[in-house]
Amino acid sequence: MGMDFSTLRTLISRYCVGEENWVDSRTVYISHKEPPPGTEAFIQQRFPDNRIVSSKYTFWNFIPKNMFEQFRRVANFYFLVIFLVQLIIDTPTSPITSGLPLFFVITVTAIKQGYEDWLRHKADNAVNKCPVHVVQDGKVTCKQSRKLRVGDVVFVTEDETFPCDLILLSSSRDDGTCFVTTASLDGESSHKTYYAVQDTKAYKTEEEVSSIHATIECEQPQSDLYKFVGRINIYMNNEPVARPLGSENLLLRGATLKNTEYIYAVAIYTGMETKMALNYQSKSQKRSAVEKSMNDYLVVYLCILISKAIINTALKYVWQADPNRDEPWHNERTEAERQRHILIRAFTDFLAFMVLFNYIIPVSMYVTVEMQKFLGSYFILWDDEMFDEELGERAVVNTSDLNEELGQVEYVFTDKTGTLTENNMEFIECCVDGHVYVPHAICNGQVMPGSDTIDMIDTSPGPDARDREELFFRAVCLCHTVQVKEEETVDGIKHGIHQGKSSSFYISSSPDEVALVEGMNRLGFTYLRQKDSHMEILNRDDKVERFEVLEVLSFDSVRRRMSVIVRCSTGEVYLFCKGADSSIFPRVISGKVDQVKARVEHNAVEGLRTLCVAYRCLSPEQYQEVCHLLSRAKLALQDRDRQLAEAYDLIEKDLILLGATAVEDRLQEKAADTIESLHKAGMKVWVLTGDKMETASATCYASKLFRRNTQILELTTKRTEEQSLHDVLFDLSRTVLRHYGGMTRETSSGLSDDYTDFGLIIDGATLTAVMRPGQEGSNSGNYKELFLDICRNCSAVLCCRMAPLQKAQIVKMIKTSKEHPITLAIGDGANDVSMIQEAHVGIGIMGKEGRQAVRNSDYAIPKFKHLKKMLLVHGHYYYIRVSELVQYFFYKNVVFIFPQFLYQFFCGFSQQPLYDTAYLTLYNISFTSLPILLYSLIEQHINADILKKDPSLYKDIAKNSLLKWSSFIYWTALGIYDAIVMFFGAYFLFDNTTFTSNGQLMTTNTQMMFGNWTFGTLVFTVLVFTVTFKLALDTHYWTWINHFVIWGSLLFFVVFSLLWGGIIWPFLNYQRMYYVFMQMLSSGPAWLSIILLITTCLLPDVVKKVICRALWPTTTERIQTKRRCLASEPSTIFMLSQTSSRMSF
Amino acid sequence: MMASSYNAKEEVDGHHPGSSNHGGTGPINSKKPDNTAFKQQRLPAWQPILTAGTVLPAFFVIGLIFIPIGIGLYVTSNNIKEFEIDYTGAEPNSPCYVCAQNFSWNSTTPCFCTVNFTLQQPFENNIYMYYGLSNFYQNHRRYVKSRDDKQLNGDSKALEEPSSDCEPYRKSGGAPVAPCGAIANSLFNDTLDLSYVETNGTSTPIELQKSGIAWWTDKHVKFKNPPGSNLSVAFQNTVKPVNWRRPVYELDPSNPDNNGFINEDLIVWMRTAALPTFRKLYRIIPKKSGAVSTLPSGSYSLRIAYNYPVLSFDGRKRMILSTISWMGGKNPFLGIAYITVGSICFFLGIVLLIINHKYGNRSSSAEIPN
Repeated sequence: MGMDFSTLRTLISRYCVGEENWVDSRTVYISHKEPPPGTEAFIQQRFPDNRIVSSKYTFWNFIPKNMFEQFRRVANFYFLVIFLVQLIIDTPTSPITSGLPLFFVITVTAIKQGYEDWLRHKADNAVNKCPVHVVQDGKVTCKQSRKLRVGDVVFVTEDETFPCDLILLSSSRDDGTCFVTTASLDGESSHKTYYAVQDTKAYKTEEEVSSIHATIECEQPQSDLYKFVGRINIYMNNEPVARPLGSENLLLRGATLKNTEYIYAVAIYTGMETKMALNYQSKSQKRSAVEKSMNDYLVVYLCILISKAIINTALKYVWQADPNRDEPWHNERTEAERQRHILIRAFTDFLAFMVLFNYIIPVSMYVTVEMQKFLGSYFILWDDEMFDEELGERAVVNTSDLNEELGQVEYVFTDKTGTLTENNMEFIECCVDGHVYVPHAICNGQVMPGSDTIDMIDTSPGPDARDREELFFRAVCLCHTVQVKEEETVDGIKHGIHQGKSSSFYISSSPDEVALVEGMNRLGFTYLRQKDSHMEILNRDDKVERFEVLEVLSFDSVRRRMSVIVRCSTGEVYLFCKGADSSIFPRVISGKVDQVKARVEHNAVEGLRTLCVAYRCLSPEQYQEVCHLLSRAKLALQDRDRQLAEAYDLIEKDLILLGATAVEDRLQEKAADTIESLHKAGMKVWVLTGDKMETASATCYASKLFRRNTQILELTTKRTEEQSLHDVLFDLSRTVLRHYGGMTRETSSGLSDDYTDFGLIIDGATLTAVMRPGQEGSNSGNYKELFLDICRNCSAVLCCRMAPLQKAQIVKMIKTSKEHPITLAIGDGANDVSMIQEAHVGIGIMGKEGRQAVRNSDYAIPKFKHLKKMLLVHGHYYYIRVSELVQYFFYKNVVFIFPQFLYQFFCGFSQQPLYDTAYLTLYNISFTSLPILLYSLIEQHINADILKKDPSLYKDIAKNSLLKWSSFIYWTALGIYDAIVMFFGAYFLFDNTTFTSNGQLMTTNTQMMFGNWTFGTLVFTVLVFTVTFKLALDTHYWTWINHFVIWGSLLFFVVFSLLWGGIIWPFLNYQRMYYVFMQMLSSGPAWLSIILLITTCLLPDVVKKVICRALWPTTTERIQTKRRCLASEPSTIFMLSQTSSRMSF
Repeated sequence: MMASSYNAKEEVDGHHPGSSNHGGTGPINSKKPDNTAFKQQRLPAWQPILTAGTVLPAFFVIGLIFIPIGIGLYVTSNNIKEFEIDYTGAEPNSPCYVCAQNFSWNSTTPCFCTVNFTLQQPFENNIYMYYGLSNFYQNHRRYVKSRDDKQLNGDSKALEEPSSDCEPYRKSGGAPVAPCGAIANSLFNDTLDLSYVETNGTSTPIELQKSGIAWWTDKHVKFKNPPGSNLSVAFQNTVKPVNWRRPVYELDPSNPDNNGFINEDLIVWMRTAALPTFRKLYRIIPKKSGAVSTLPSGSYSLRIAYNYPVLSFDGRKRMILSTISWMGGKNPFLGIAYITVGSICFFLGIVLLIINHKYGNRSSSAEIPN
């Protein structure tokens, strides 16, 4: 370790001078002590204090800021503009009609956000005011957390949470380590080890700690929890000593100190700059297909609205060209109005028409859709069947915006390990130089080679072989990052060690490692613990062997291997390396490669996870070089990761192969059933895994992703080595297309039953080649298209050897292909996060590899099997519900507004509203809002059990089928038809006839005339009843709630109308509605025409439904009919009579 | 900007807010959802399906109900006797041509004209006399708005300071107009008198009843005279609307219950019509006791005090006499509509019957194998 640090330091500073004077780094002065003069310029940087501000508003800025944020939404802004226009110009409708709903929406949202912010304020205060122990002038003092500053030395005791991001200076443990759980950061409850700076770990009291004189240079805060580079300069006798700092020295805010009495640490990132705060950035918004359709419709309606207004304005001026029409003697303008310029008048008229028709885009739709999504998502939370007893977890909804997208999935991208499989590893066997060792064939540490399995077993392992065997076991025992936990209550991976202390567990973030170490335990070598940078192993002879751990070259998914460098008690230095076969074999120079390779392949075909183990003996000179390489890379502030990777690459070479291990990962329960259902539902399932091809394809067969009759197409490095990628791709596409052509013929002749489907296997390297952009100009684009073409015709695709980023790339490629299919990604580990975020819907599995996937997902479920219900039942329901909600909302507002448009032709285009203000305001808020909201929460067109039993029903709603333009046009046409029927029905009743009420019901025997408000009320009554009955006709699932809400809102309308017209309202300056409704009801023809018009409005929809069902039934409708025929329905008759009695209220 | 979805609460308790408990008690099963019918979406429900079979009877029933109703309505409507006469005077040969052409707002004496007509059939029972206007946009927004309901309700403050809605008919020469607004200003003020002309040429005036033509609630609640026993005193600070010939307190001096704001002609006029062609009730000819027809067949003359100009906006004026039935006045539309819809339903019922017969069995028996 005799490194010359001063030379290194000069090297570094020379390296860094070119880097623009550390723009991206910060210097922290521990305990705010200036560095000794001459060494470095003292630049006091300003850092924020340790206040956490998660609240958005303060008491003072709440109203303006919240208003601003709310009106940034296009819809709200639109309504605000309408409202302002109403205030400014002389409008046909009172500003209240749009102001009240807007005010209501804004207020409710503001109250909700205000309450949430108040909670955040409370939480912030609790955090900011909690006491923190700080070392000041050699004494520990207590101050509030928010007053903590960068450079303060903090004293933390066991089970306390770190108040900010800290660099560990020293701990109560002799080796300068401390244990930490990061459960609240990433959900991993395992204990992680952090290391104190070597040169300060001896400072263990507050006096000693405050005597430390050092500065820390480190990068500016970034959000990656696992990355940190920095350097500490310790001034000893005014001579600076530089040490590297990495993420192993950095204690993160939010993590908790465990198993360690106390630590001293220095604050480097505080407040909002801590990694935890940076990590809570809002996630990117995903929008569902339904929402996109909704926005398209909105644009259409906006165009309709504007063209209506323009048409009416133009017609108005044509009509008004005759001055006697414009200003007849009985209806003159005011002087001020006359003098206004014609253009201004025309523009005001245009605005007035806009205002009159603006209800066609309803405020309440946004509120209703949002409420539906928010409330609806509770059904996922509440679902009993998605509760997992074993984990004690239920489904989690992180975004409710995507509920309906669950019913639209076309591609499912699933991770293998932990998602399809249990991620519950069991050690199966290991193979040393061709000898196979199976743990269950071992008795009391006596190793017996599994004799019956393989023919290549050397029956008499010589003494040399025995050495190699023990070296292998030691290698597996040493080359890992497993910790020994001495408590029982750990939530992570639990495995009791049978010997030794009975209450000990192996804990690791990788279950493979635990399985391996445990397997070694069963083979006679027990890993005991790591103490004072020594690993202790109990060997077969019950003797403790100690190895000094010199370096750990940790695992990463790019290298796909890890190494340790240890020094045995005899002084020899070994490098043990463990990793995927593909990353080990190229680096091996000797050993029985062929035998091991054969065994590895055999195991992989069985679906086992294999790892290869190799070693390298390091001479002292080689070791020096290794140290040099590593420390140089570790001290780098820029590009440290790249430099480390290069260093690792140089170190892990010239290996000698020892053997291989095999670990089994069982399939999750019902994984096969789930995959089969997804297939039947028309989804394409892709498995993306980092595993090797053979293992992965074995899993795919087991999970029925590939079936026996599936024709496998391989697109792997092995094949592309033989042929060029170009040829392979063309070959495959020819196969697929030929078959496809044949298949269509088959299906047309009705023989589609026994067609073979295709499965594609592709590996990471080939995929990179396929996706490589523009190397040969147009050719590369062809590759991608060709590849997509092949994929389109394959029901299952397996991508193996995938790096995490490649997973996201694949998802993106499919997502952006020309059909724009809806994708779903499901995974459990941190390596799936990128794909979960990329896909339209990301689902996290509450697996064993921490909570990162769950946290970054849109939905999380305990097990893979729950995906079936999630998609087939919940997704289906939500889609049906939301699409009806959207269509119905547009429909009911067309019906609402179109009569007003027609009325303009009969009132001289004067913007006279047809309905009274109260009706205009309350139509969307209360008369027609609840039935559709409740419908969209509880509608079930088919029973959940049937949906689950028959996945093909999912195809009925694929491709956003209920929101296609054709159905949108149908709904709009229906709306216009209804509007025309209502308006002209009323028109012919009023036109040139004596449509009167029979006053005999009233007090005098008279005939009374009806005016324009009665006309409007008649239309409105028909309108409310028609749209409510239309919804009633669409309802397939009548619970008491539906009955209550549907009949309730009609009753409410009647009661409200009676009240509204029953009193002279003192606060109104007009009494136009006085007794209008009652007078209307006292007229026989009014009743008759209301009944007639409602019937006429509903007739076409009923006929269309019935005829479509009879002549062109969808699968859904067939099942509904069938179920109906089977069920005996005494209850139906009862309900029928009930409803009919209610209908006549 | 700053982490918007960051939630410091998570830091404190480490739970995701979405996964907070919903009524669980024990620590182990705290996350287990409640097994209630509502939460599990298993509420008992009636699940109706619209199929040809179920809708069929409804269609026939609707057809069977609607067609008789329609026929009834049509017959009733046809039995109503209605007589209409246009007295606008736009054509040179019409009796009111002179009055119409010489109309002037300034003339103090009304122009009279007489229209003779013959009723072919006797009119029985109560007969309702209407005036009809065409091309008169009572539903124009500027017009509809131009009134002050407070003033009409007798509010003395509104009497002196009418609502700005009444502009430009709000004030005249500085004094408030009562009743203000365009609607009131354009009150229909032709006087129509009907007399029966016997064969010998003597004409007998027919008694026309002025009251009972407005909504009871309008007359007694919505419209009120300003306080004060003497109407002319109550209105003393106001002026009459520009186009009126008499002030409001002289609308019907003979009957104090029909004078001022509660004049029924005014009330009827103030209820703005829905469409540009409309009728308003003018008078009632009450049924005569005994078996005598109210209006026997024969010649009649209608004497008009022509005060109301309509030619400037191409309007027409009519006088209508009509009997009524339980369903109001003559209205063939409703009957025809009922018959049409009923027939369509019946026809659709037959179509559905055929469809159901042909395809219904197929779709319910030829099912998906599983």
